[in-house]
Amino acid sequence: MKTKLWITGLAMATAMSATAPVMAEGEVYIPMPVYRVGPYATGGTGYFGGIIDYYTLMNMTEGGVGGMKIIWNECETNYNDQKGVECYHRQKEFQGKQALFFDPLSVGISTSLVAQGRKDKIAIIAVNHGRTEGQRGDVFPYYFMPGINTYDEHSIITAYIGELEGGMENLAGKKIVLLFHGSTYGREAVEFTHMLCEKHNCSSEAIEVPHPGNEQTSQWLKIRRSKPDYVVLRGWGVMNPVAMQTGVRMGFPISNLIGNIWSNDDGDVKPAGSSANGYQAITTHPTGRVAKVIDEIVAKLYDQGQGDLEDKSRIGSNYWNLGVMAGVIHLEAVRVAQARFGADVNSAQVRWGFENLNLDTARLTELGANGLVPEIKTNCMDHVGGHQAKFMRWVYAETKWEVASDWIDGDVELSQAIIDAKAENAIENEGITPRDCNDPAQRDDFDV
Amino acid sequence: MIYRETGTFITSYLEDRKLFPIPFDKWAMAVFMLFMVFVVPFIASDYWLAAHLIPILAYGTAALGLNLLTGMTGQLSLGTAGFMCFGAFFTFNIMLRSPEWMNLPLAMMLAGSVTGVIGIIFGLPSIRIKGFYLLVSTLAAQYFALWFFRSYPYFLNYATATVTLPDHHFDFYGIGDVFGVDMASFEAKYLMSLGVVSALALFAKNLMRSATGRNFMAVRDMDIAASVIGIPVIRTKMLAFFVSCFYCGVGGALFCYAYLQVLGIRTFEMNRSFEILFMAIIGGLGSIAGSFYGTVLVYEFPILFSWAGDYLFGGAFDTAVVDNVAKITYGILIIALLIREPGGLAALWATAKQKLRTWPFPH
Amino acid sequence: MGFDWVFFTELIVGGLMSGVMYSLVAIGFVLIYKSSGIFNFAQGTMLLFAALTFVKLTEGGVNFWVALPVSMGTMVVFGILVERFMMRPLANQSLLSLFMATVGLAILIEGLAQYMWDSAIHGLQLADFLDLALLDPVNMTIFVVDYIEWLDILISKFDIFATIVAGTMILILAVFFQKTRTGMSLRAVSDDHLAAMAVGIPLSRVWALVWAVTGIIALIAGLLWAERVSVSFTLVEAVLKALPVILIGGLTSIPGAIVGGLIIGVGEKLGEIYLGDLIGVQGIETWFSYFIALVFLLFRPSGLFGLKTIERV
Repeated sequence: MKTKLWITGLAMATAMSATAPVMAEGEVYIPMPVYRVGPYATGGTGYFGGIIDYYTLMNMTEGGVGGMKIIWNECETNYNDQKGVECYHRQKEFQGKQALFFDPLSVGISTSLVAQGRKDKIAIIAVNHGRTEGQRGDVFPYYFMPGINTYDEHSIITAYIGELEGGMENLAGKKIVLLFHGSTYGREAVEFTHMLCEKHNCSSEAIEVPHPGNEQTSQWLKIRRSKPDYVVLRGWGVMNPVAMQTGVRMGFPISNLIGNIWSNDDGDVKPAGSSANGYQAITTHPTGRVAKVIDEIVAKLYDQGQGDLEDKSRIGSNYWNLGVMAGVIHLEAVRVAQARFGADVNSAQVRWGFENLNLDTARLTELGANGLVPEIKTNCMDHVGGHQAKFMRWVYAETKWEVASDWIDGDVELSQAIIDAKAENAIENEGITPRDCNDPAQRDDFDV
Repeated sequence: MIYRETGTFITSYLEDRKLFPIPFDKWAMAVFMLFMVFVVPFIASDYWLAAHLIPILAYGTAALGLNLLTGMTGQLSLGTAGFMCFGAFFTFNIMLRSPEWMNLPLAMMLAGSVTGVIGIIFGLPSIRIKGFYLLVSTLAAQYFALWFFRSYPYFLNYATATVTLPDHHFDFYGIGDVFGVDMASFEAKYLMSLGVVSALALFAKNLMRSATGRNFMAVRDMDIAASVIGIPVIRTKMLAFFVSCFYCGVGGALFCYAYLQVLGIRTFEMNRSFEILFMAIIGGLGSIAGSFYGTVLVYEFPILFSWAGDYLFGGAFDTAVVDNVAKITYGILIIALLIREPGGLAALWATAKQKLRTWPFPH
Repeated sequence: MGFDWVFFTELIVGGLMSGVMYSLVAIGFVLIYKSSGIFNFAQGTMLLFAALTFVKLTEGGVNFWVALPVSMGTMVVFGILVERFMMRPLANQSLLSLFMATVGLAILIEGLAQYMWDSAIHGLQLADFLDLALLDPVNMTIFVVDYIEWLDILISKFDIFATIVAGTMILILAVFFQKTRTGMSLRAVSDDHLAAMAVGIPLSRVWALVWAVTGIIALIAGLLWAERVSVSFTLVEAVLKALPVILIGGLTSIPGAIVGGLIIGVGEKLGEIYLGDLIGVQGIETWFSYFIALVFLLFRPSGLFGLKTIERV
């Protein structure tokens, strides 16, 4: 439970008298670059809360990971690139232990650290987002985006729109608007949206909402003018509820507004009130208490008065579930590495673990995460692994999401070309020497 | 008796105008610089270089630039981060698109000059618009810079997100290979930043002692009076904008190249401008050294606070509490400082020096 | 295809409505600047603090008609504290120091608001409360977030509601300034501090009053903004939108704040759509409002309604 200052006034004395914790043998250290304040706090508290809850559960039930106790250390980034970099440098070592990987849940911070992570041999993790060419593990060996990438996300959304229209051929002649957050993250999908529409003979338009997105009148007037059939919302934070409210105020049917992976949290939808009823969004991880591991966290942590979320009603919410999913992926990578290198792994060995994830249904069931985590299988050339997602629909009356589709696969072929082109550009301009994924020495023994 | 004037006799006007009237100051400064150049790179860890010293140098340059404009010439600006953005993007593009012989410090100077010219353009309204009304011009610069570089991907070399700045931009004609030094290491970046910042600070100090500097201050104190006594007000203001934006541009380039190692737009958002304004004001408006005192305080304060939170209470509070309490404390600190000493840290330091000089007989 | 008049009209209407929202923030600015010469940067965070207090109270189950006066009371107390601990010790300092002090105050409130409450995004549906509050449930539809179409032109009902509230508030302020004793002493102070003190007007009490009134305006503006964009940290940025508004209108004029708001609201929308189409790039409105303000200021350096300053050597 988060502690407020006035409550812990008494506990302060106890905490101060306690001796500084000494790093014992048999511990692994994972940095926790959280953001609990600022415009994007909803995402940060949910995501890192989920990770912390899962780690805590593992420490309680299994004594950590592979017999090593998990310890972590928080640093507040505010979702700010510069603070995130400072946190990285501060956190890469803690009490003499090296960080195993770094997961800041921010495109800006993680892309800032791609080169530095490679120098320090620390894997940078960006679950479900990030610099798309990072999928190419030969060019970016220390960068991972387990789940889906931006291009998968938008090809899946297009496929879903096709499904709603009763077949991909019916997309012809339709108009799709991409309403995106004016940031590096938002822009990433613009080019690909046009490519998708070219392929399916629909017309597309990209409309930018300047950061932070709390005033969208002109954008929605523009949408009203161009009369699209669907609007794909690529938002983040406060931009999401404002888009729904403004859209409804301008008479756009909410059921034709499709949210992307960062526009699908309960915290994005609830503030919009009844406007959000019928809004649909993509997800890699269904919300609610959908897996055994979540029930366990509730039983062993929250029911005992522990757990990281301040507001218990957010258990099972989207970002929190994403955090639990990330926790499962993180520790699975550590376990994979431990199976090969022994319990006391270093960060380069954990990198190998992330590259050899094989979370199939059997393994997920074993972990109690089946139903929450999609199947993920990574390799040297593919640092993403999942490439599939579902859709859900917001039911205002019951304040919950209902699942609206089955698993839909991304258009991996279409995205591979653009990913390769970008990777070539990076090789040329950033002076990267790619490794050869067909050479077993470079593939399996890289840096370990 | 460490800080004495006894025995120092000034016999000419030239001596009276020396940079360091007190010998002790001169020696202290020399020892400090030698320490920073020859000792620090060898004892400081990557963390100290990468997350403290280099950002302080980069911020300090920008704060100094703002101080020249706001503190010396009295033109309030909220566009500092925008000008830094121009500087950083121009540096990158010059490095990317020019032939082999280009090197980073030269590119920074060129980019700084271009930024200075842009500064003049956004400074033109200052001829007619004064006081708080001038904010609108610098704010326009701030938002225009962000919009411009976001909308024209040519300047980001068509990358969708951020550009990782390649290591070979740091190479000076293979000097690194000759001496076996990694020019992209934090030590090398630190020394480069230190060199650039020292040169700029020295130039600023001398500028302030020149006729130009006195013109700046005359315009600040009252521009009508200045024009009456024959100071070319418009030219002085434009020159101030040029010099200030030059410094901000170089600061922005250092910020991206030496510190973050990536170039992106989000780095230069509005709150960065406020941060730097704080640095200049808390340090002391119109003081060169003050810009750096302010930078150290403003930059280190939240970090120190979260450290203290970690070590004293062993993580008993989550980061939200620590961060919010840090903000509250910081706000109170600023207000208290403005109430107690509007001149900022530089004024506090000057008072302390004065006390030292006259100690133990203050009267 | 000819010129799309319907769209153009909608744009103008939408711009005017946004302009009203900017004006609401700007009025708070002007009040403080008029009475004490302070450029109060903390106005945006006061908005956040007030709205957040109200939302957290109602989320905690407090009735609307209790929560509203409690939040108002909080803002009044807040105003008095600011006067006592910030304004009074800072009296007679340079304008820049005062400005920076308010930026410090903004940081303080930002921390305090998030510390006392939280940093999540909260929804606010005024209609839910007004549903209970209004006697006639049939008329309620006016306040529900919805739109009406008139001659194909879409107008949001909420925006009409906001305009009515803003208009009422301005009317009350005008009466307060012109007719009441306190209002007149306020005007006296804004004209000349020394002269006001000489005729026996208690300066510090007037200042406390101004800060309290500004707090209440911040609450009303905050609630309307919150209804429109939900309560979150980004409300703070509303203040940056208000900057060009007050500069166009002139820092000392309430009618100026309103006219400025409307000019910026319409101008930035027109710029975003038509200039944006012309040069094929989006997101112009982030800087276009400052540009508009700049053009106005070049012709009238003290704003449209601001006091002309006469400088003497």
